[in-house]
Amino acid sequence: MNKYNGKSVLKGIAVGRIFLYQKQAYQVVKTEITDIDAEICRYKQAVETAKEQLTALYDAALVNVGEDHAMIFDIHRMMLEDDDYLEAIEDVVKEGLNAEYAVETAQDQFAELFASMDDEYMKARATDIKDVSQRVIRILMGIPEDGIPTDEPVILVADDLTPSETVKMDKNKILAFVTVRGSSNSHTAILARSMNLPALVNTGMEPSEEWNGKVGVVDGFNGEFLIEPDQELLDEMIRRKNQWVADLEALEQLKGKDNVTSDGRKVHIYANIGKVSDADAALSADAGGIGLFRSEFLYLGRDTFPTEEEQYISYKTVLEKMDGRKVIIRTLDIGADKKVDYFNLEPEENPALGYRAIRICLDRPEIFITQLRAIYRASAYGQAAIMFPMIVSVEEVRRVKEIVEQVKGELEVEGYPMGDVELGIMVETPAAAVIAGELAKEVDFFSIGTNDLTQYTLAVDRQNQKLESTCNTHHPAVLKLIEMTVQSAHNAGIWAGICGELAADTDLTETFLDMGVDELSVSPSAVLKVRKAVRDI
Amino acid sequence: MKEFQYVIQDPVGIHARPAGLLVRKAAEYKCQVTITSDGKSADAKKLLKLMSLGVKQGMEITCTLDGEDEDAAYEGMQQFFKENL
Repeated sequence: MNKYNGKSVLKGIAVGRIFLYQKQAYQVVKTEITDIDAEICRYKQAVETAKEQLTALYDAALVNVGEDHAMIFDIHRMMLEDDDYLEAIEDVVKEGLNAEYAVETAQDQFAELFASMDDEYMKARATDIKDVSQRVIRILMGIPEDGIPTDEPVILVADDLTPSETVKMDKNKILAFVTVRGSSNSHTAILARSMNLPALVNTGMEPSEEWNGKVGVVDGFNGEFLIEPDQELLDEMIRRKNQWVADLEALEQLKGKDNVTSDGRKVHIYANIGKVSDADAALSADAGGIGLFRSEFLYLGRDTFPTEEEQYISYKTVLEKMDGRKVIIRTLDIGADKKVDYFNLEPEENPALGYRAIRICLDRPEIFITQLRAIYRASAYGQAAIMFPMIVSVEEVRRVKEIVEQVKGELEVEGYPMGDVELGIMVETPAAAVIAGELAKEVDFFSIGTNDLTQYTLAVDRQNQKLESTCNTHHPAVLKLIEMTVQSAHNAGIWAGICGELAADTDLTETFLDMGVDELSVSPSAVLKVRKAVRDI
Repeated sequence: MKEFQYVIQDPVGIHARPAGLLVRKAAEYKCQVTITSDGKSADAKKLLKLMSLGVKQGMEITCTLDGEDEDAAYEGMQQFFKENL
């Protein structure tokens, strides 16, 4: 048995087969075949399937991103119609070798051709050859596009996952995450929490191909990852996993109950979501609303700006799913730390303090206006609210409100129905907390973003693994700023909530209620846990 | 057989997108369409070969048409290069 330690991001236990997630999640084996005609038929069918997939991708991209960007899928399809490429594959099969190996050989041959050209642009076309060949190989091997080869859910082991990878991940196929790198604020960690899956990050292990398919255990209570434990230990872990599941089921009993303390104080418990389908998790966790709908998913993992129509459909879908419950949409919160090439953001020494979020929106209002139009158009379908990130001054809020008024005016002229939309700000900079009294006069609510507020108050980079112990989220300075913000809100007659990770910290639930916090917005998986903490007070 | 010369104006040359369009255009004709550049030739109906010529801005290509509808192809391909490359 091998054992590795990592930082646990969710206290839970998973037992299942290990799957090593890699960009190229397969290994082509060269084998000799006897029925050459059958093998040629097999490769031809795979090519046809690939062309069908590419046609579907092209059609979808045409609608979403326009013809210029959809063209790449058309070119991929044409590559699969290229006689030279197809002949190269057939030649290898005719030697009595398997189709997977033949496609890989043709891929290498043509990729090499492009890679050896002295033109940087053409060199990069080797990627297209690989992309399209790998699509055919995946089809031949029966591997779905996300790279998870079985229908049986797996423990996913990866180096680390990028935001665009996590966006595409099929949740039903994952039991737990274990990553080599990453902090408890990495995307893997955030994803794991939103999915209520055990996860270990920053294990520092060196994953081996041999782990694939072996039985593993992720123990989120002790931060341990076990590979092929002996039967006795395995039985013990299965027993503990069942206990954990039973405890979760006990929390289930709290569904439909009020978030009320024994002395009658009430608080709203909402959910944080990062994409449209997360609304289902929020509903199934019995969240009272969406306290933070991160809109970044619309912008990540693509090459062009999302259109108004695309955004509108996403917001409308969530509003309809939430069926009259409040949905607070946070406008674009992107900076140079996120990989969105089409924003053309210059690399920065210090992106957390840089050109990001509302600063981009006010500087490039066309991006902002598209998003606001989409939200206001969707507002006819539920109870939408908007909050603006990274606010540091009253002036910014006034400029935001001017743009909002302009957008509303235009939509009214265009004849769109709109609902009443509360406007709020994220209080996530010490500046905003300190001038909360002034800001409260401008908006309908505050939502305190404790992750950034902690980072900016303590001058601690929350992505820096070495500083995790310094990053004391219970620091009195942070708690004092939260208290000041809530008081300022109440003095001005508006409400205040918390939507950072701290909102789910049940050691602080009573403290927050004593401060008068009106709303706690937590990941869907933490809703019932926080409800229990409230009811236990 | 007919042929014409053309100097590529497109800043990136015959890159993926115009190559794709060119292949599709050439496929409209029955005749053999060959692109020659810098001593290398490629069948204009074959995407990868065509791209592998690495034709860049400022380079001169020779487009050769050979077959029954070469007159129509001569007109059509010239038009295509002017509009797209």
